[in-house]
Amino acid sequence: MRVRVGITRRSGLSDPEGVETQRALSDLGYTEVSDVHFGRIITLEVEASDPTDAVRRVEEMCARLLANPVIEVYTVEVVG
Amino acid sequence: MTVAVIVFPGTNCEHDVVHALGVLGCHAELVWHKETDLAGASGVVLPGGFAHGDYLRTGAIARFSPVMTEVARLAELGRPVLGVCNGFQILCEAGLLPGALVANRSLRFICRPVHLRVESTGSVLTAAATIGDVLRIPLNSYQGGFVAPAPDLAALEEEGRVMLRYCDPDGAVTDTANPNGSTGAIAAIANPAGNVAGLMPHPERAVEAILGSSDGAVLLGSFVAAAVAVGVAP
Repeated sequence: MRVRVGITRRSGLSDPEGVETQRALSDLGYTEVSDVHFGRIITLEVEASDPTDAVRRVEEMCARLLANPVIEVYTVEVVG
Repeated sequence: MTVAVIVFPGTNCEHDVVHALGVLGCHAELVWHKETDLAGASGVVLPGGFAHGDYLRTGAIARFSPVMTEVARLAELGRPVLGVCNGFQILCEAGLLPGALVANRSLRFICRPVHLRVESTGSVLTAAATIGDVLRIPLNSYQGGFVAPAPDLAALEEEGRVMLRYCDPDGAVTDTANPNGSTGAIAAIANPAGNVAGLMPHPERAVEAILGSSDGAVLLGSFVAAAVAVGVAP
């Protein structure tokens, strides 16, 4: 099954790309925007008996390799 | 006495490190990242570059290279382990040092000499230096901004494990003298025992006056002295 991982910077840690993009959006008139954070999306094709099992395994992969828990948070969802 | 300079696919500062250690009278050898036995090494340097292409995150894949288990074992034994630039990022990913390195706040690659103030002599990087010394050493990185969770930062500060801070030429730590937005202007840290240290600037590029500065010699010299003290036969 197809699993999607979303990884973003922990709130409270500096995110220069987010700050710069928020400034650019503000310059374009989108002044309602605050707190912009960049991240990554990783999709994986995973062989698993059921979605719960797939999510559990991918969460383990996130903790060990795909994300750095020191600076990042992640979400895992089965998308197909 | 031999220092192991680890080479990952994408490492590009290994020859500079071997040369600089040689200038300081220390024999060093390049060691491929697949090596699993460093028992004969009196110290380890993880040099700069782009290990494994910096894919995923800087240092994220390198930390799982076979050699890193052995690097962790030597660190545990108290042997000197130094990470420079990408090597610092790898030590953080491996959990041998706290925190992480993120993109410079300018979002620009920085390649220029910076000034560093010695904050502590309690590490293999700074043992031969003097607190308050101002060193001029090249910085060469995009992901050089040091960040860490609040408890880790507090521990680094309270335990005197911040070794170097970015400063102006007079030694003043100011926001404008902080080139990359590192928290607390931190440029170098060490583990509690002081035998594992990491820094973003490149001391190996500043050990000979002909290169514009020899200020890095006191840092690498500290490391060499620690390696000599280990006294492992080559």
